[in-house]
Amino acid sequence: MISFKVNSKRVSFDGDTDTPLLWVLRDHLQLTGTKFGCGIGLCGACVVHLDGRAAAACRLPVSSVEGRSVTTIEGLAAADGELHPVQKAWLELDVAQCGYCQSGQIMATADLLKRYPKPTDQDIDNNMSSMICRCGTYVRIRKAIHRAAELSGSGE
Amino acid sequence: MNMSIRKPGREDIDTGRRLFLISGTSIAGSFVLGLPAISFSSLEIADGTVGERQIGFFIEIKPDGGVIIGSNQPEIGQGVRTALPMLVAEELDVEWSKVSVQQMPLGIVKTADGYTWKYGGQGVGGSTGLTSNWEFMREVGATARRQLIRAAALRLNVPESSCSTRPGHVVCDARDGEIPYADLIGDAAKLEVPEEAPTLKSSRDYRIVGTRQNTVDAIDLVTGKAKYGIDTIEADMRYAVIARSPYLNGSVRTFDDAVARKVDGVLDVFKIDGPQPGEPYVILANGVAVVATSTWAAIKGREALVIDWNPGPNATDSSEAFWEQNAESLRSNGQVVTDDGNFDQAMATADKIVERQYQVPFVSHQPMEPQNCYAHVEKDRCHIIAPTQMPSGASRAAAAVTGLPRENIRVDITRVGGGFGRRLTNDYVAEAAMISKQTGWPIKLQWTREDDIRNDFYRPAGLHEIRAGLDEKGRVTAWTQRLASASKYYRRPNMPDENLWEAELYPDDFPRHIVDNFRLEYFHNPIGLPRGSWRAPAHTANAFVIQSFLDELAHETGQDPLQLRIDLFGDERELQYKGHGGPVFNPGRLTRLTRFVAERIDYKNKRANGRGVGLAAHFTFGGYAAHAFEVTVTDEGGFTIERIVAAIDCGFAVHPNAVEAQLQGATVDGLSTAIGQEITVKDGQVQQSNFHDYPLARIAQVPSLFEAHILPYDDTPTGVGEIGIPPVAPALANAIFAASGVRLRRLPIGDQLRQAMTA
Repeated sequence: MISFKVNSKRVSFDGDTDTPLLWVLRDHLQLTGTKFGCGIGLCGACVVHLDGRAAAACRLPVSSVEGRSVTTIEGLAAADGELHPVQKAWLELDVAQCGYCQSGQIMATADLLKRYPKPTDQDIDNNMSSMICRCGTYVRIRKAIHRAAELSGSGE
Repeated sequence: MNMSIRKPGREDIDTGRRLFLISGTSIAGSFVLGLPAISFSSLEIADGTVGERQIGFFIEIKPDGGVIIGSNQPEIGQGVRTALPMLVAEELDVEWSKVSVQQMPLGIVKTADGYTWKYGGQGVGGSTGLTSNWEFMREVGATARRQLIRAAALRLNVPESSCSTRPGHVVCDARDGEIPYADLIGDAAKLEVPEEAPTLKSSRDYRIVGTRQNTVDAIDLVTGKAKYGIDTIEADMRYAVIARSPYLNGSVRTFDDAVARKVDGVLDVFKIDGPQPGEPYVILANGVAVVATSTWAAIKGREALVIDWNPGPNATDSSEAFWEQNAESLRSNGQVVTDDGNFDQAMATADKIVERQYQVPFVSHQPMEPQNCYAHVEKDRCHIIAPTQMPSGASRAAAAVTGLPRENIRVDITRVGGGFGRRLTNDYVAEAAMISKQTGWPIKLQWTREDDIRNDFYRPAGLHEIRAGLDEKGRVTAWTQRLASASKYYRRPNMPDENLWEAELYPDDFPRHIVDNFRLEYFHNPIGLPRGSWRAPAHTANAFVIQSFLDELAHETGQDPLQLRIDLFGDERELQYKGHGGPVFNPGRLTRLTRFVAERIDYKNKRANGRGVGLAAHFTFGGYAAHAFEVTVTDEGGFTIERIVAAIDCGFAVHPNAVEAQLQGATVDGLSTAIGQEITVKDGQVQQSNFHDYPLARIAQVPSLFEAHILPYDDTPTGVGEIGIPPVAPALANAIFAASGVRLRRLPIGDQLRQAMTA
């Protein structure tokens, strides 16, 4: 039995401990906002926060999250429902096309802004190139990252 | 030879669509209009009923004035779920902020001689989502508005002509003459719908259409609530994966599932039979299905299978042999499929002849959401939930597998995590239905990324040769394109060999009708890879070839590539275009776009060594696009895209946010394929497996200096999904040539530039 927290709630899983966190979230906890893209950590569609840092859920055996805290896209907004600045920026820039990769892009950006509160284009290139958007929303993702940094900075 | 033909008038449009405007009103009398001999109850496929507050299938008005508009088309990221309701809301005359959108299922109705649409044609491909619904959706809104006006006039006992609307209200020249729509909808739904088409607004009066609106699902998309096919969770559902033959057209000889069945959660393992080699596709591959209590258990069970594959008839296929065969073909004479003027004579008298060969690889679709499908097959019915571009194809696929009549097959359409043409084919629906039929369980079939890359309907590869004859002034007098390729029409039912070329050469493409002596020649060569439509199908290859060759002509004759294009495209005029996107092609619209992007990127300003600008433009399925790229190339052959200017002329832009997004996205898509993507075959097997060997463009490859412009034209929209991609690869290759003097004639670019610069 593996116990951990997801979006501040205690959960447990008693299946195969090799099961990637991704499938535990999706199949067992029915938190389908975290997406399956490649299964081997090459695209970022499954990025969640593990103890506050971005991690590819498809590469994390559930055994490795015992006692730890996971945040998914469903838990990114504040408890009172107020959207995270990254989500607000994504809305403002109307970033999504098919939208499938965007949970991962948003989670990765939220992590990026913790490390680089005012990221340069170079910071974005260096840190967001682990992510894939097949629709090619990169132009708006870049703008939305800068906008999210502004929103975070001003406490909006 | 120039030919002008008129655009089709409104009367040419199938008036049968109007039937859907009224079918489904809540009283029996008006419902049967246009769909005779069908009673309401026989139409009860799933939740197709119409409630009291609805007018037709598409519009529901709530007591608080909120409006729900049905979206009948699959949303694959192209914005149709926002754009089409914008059309309805515009003509209905409601505030866009009051509108919410609801996805409609597939609606088909059995008729005496087959099936017809219940909610209008449903399916997205060929950049037609908007164009094929442009009149229809506006008529849906305008018809409903007219019903509301008529209901108000009756209630107030005033002539209809004295009534009009303001958003959400009918306004009549009478006492108490303003009535909210919500108070009228019951009456309006009971009124019979007049036969004549409603009057549509002039584009000058649009308040919603043509304005900047965010996607209707924006909140759900940023909070993880939007549901795709892969997010389907139904009661008692089991999970399945398939071990598919790694060999093209291979099959299962024997398999040992002893270990697989011991994997915790594995419930069943059985063989799946694919089509015979050469037969039309139902499903792609022979294989072994594993059904389990979770996706992971199914994947682990699959890993534990021991399968002895019969490699089948394509076991020795290789890309190397395929390319040798294509080169060999071009040394002989092929099938002449277009032959204008007197090509041979024009070449014989030409002052100069330029000849080049270009190679375009097989590529795979790879939408971000891997293929998946929910199927529940029961004795007398079937339920499908699928991310598909063609829900009617899903219905047919499930019917073929189950033998059930299609009216007993319910197909729910989910949001789709990317289409790009992959989900025009419903092979994964057939597979899910097969597994559910075999087990009796509700099944969610899941493909992995590796499944998706190795089992696709690939964009065909080909070797192109272009030869042009020029006069002493450098004007093109003769042109031939000779293509040796693997046709997309391979394994199509009832497809004669002599028609295979039609999928690969679109004869009315530029420069036909501009160069008088014009010939197209085709050779079809075998390889076992399945093929299908990949965003802007043959346009991607042909634009690369033709637009690269224009620059080579300019270089060979000392002309400027921009001026040469302007001279060839010429002024506005309508040329015959019989293929998809016709009936006319106006090359002057390409002149305008090419000039525009050249000006924006400061084309005339000479760049330093190692820096260059390239241009390209193409007409695709009714729409026009041009790109200008500025690149820098290092001495070692590394290149950086410094700046991109893209422009689209899609006629009238209904949903500008989506048009801009599609242009940006198509540009990135074009970069992915130009830079690194290629599917290769060795020993009868696809060699790529995941994003490490089939790379997609990343954010660092897309410059922040990236302009996407919409140049309006006229007041009628064309599609936008595919238009922006064909000019990308040639504009990039032309820019690299301008920067480095190295001409890249083979896609993907890969390390060719590095090799050329360091040789």
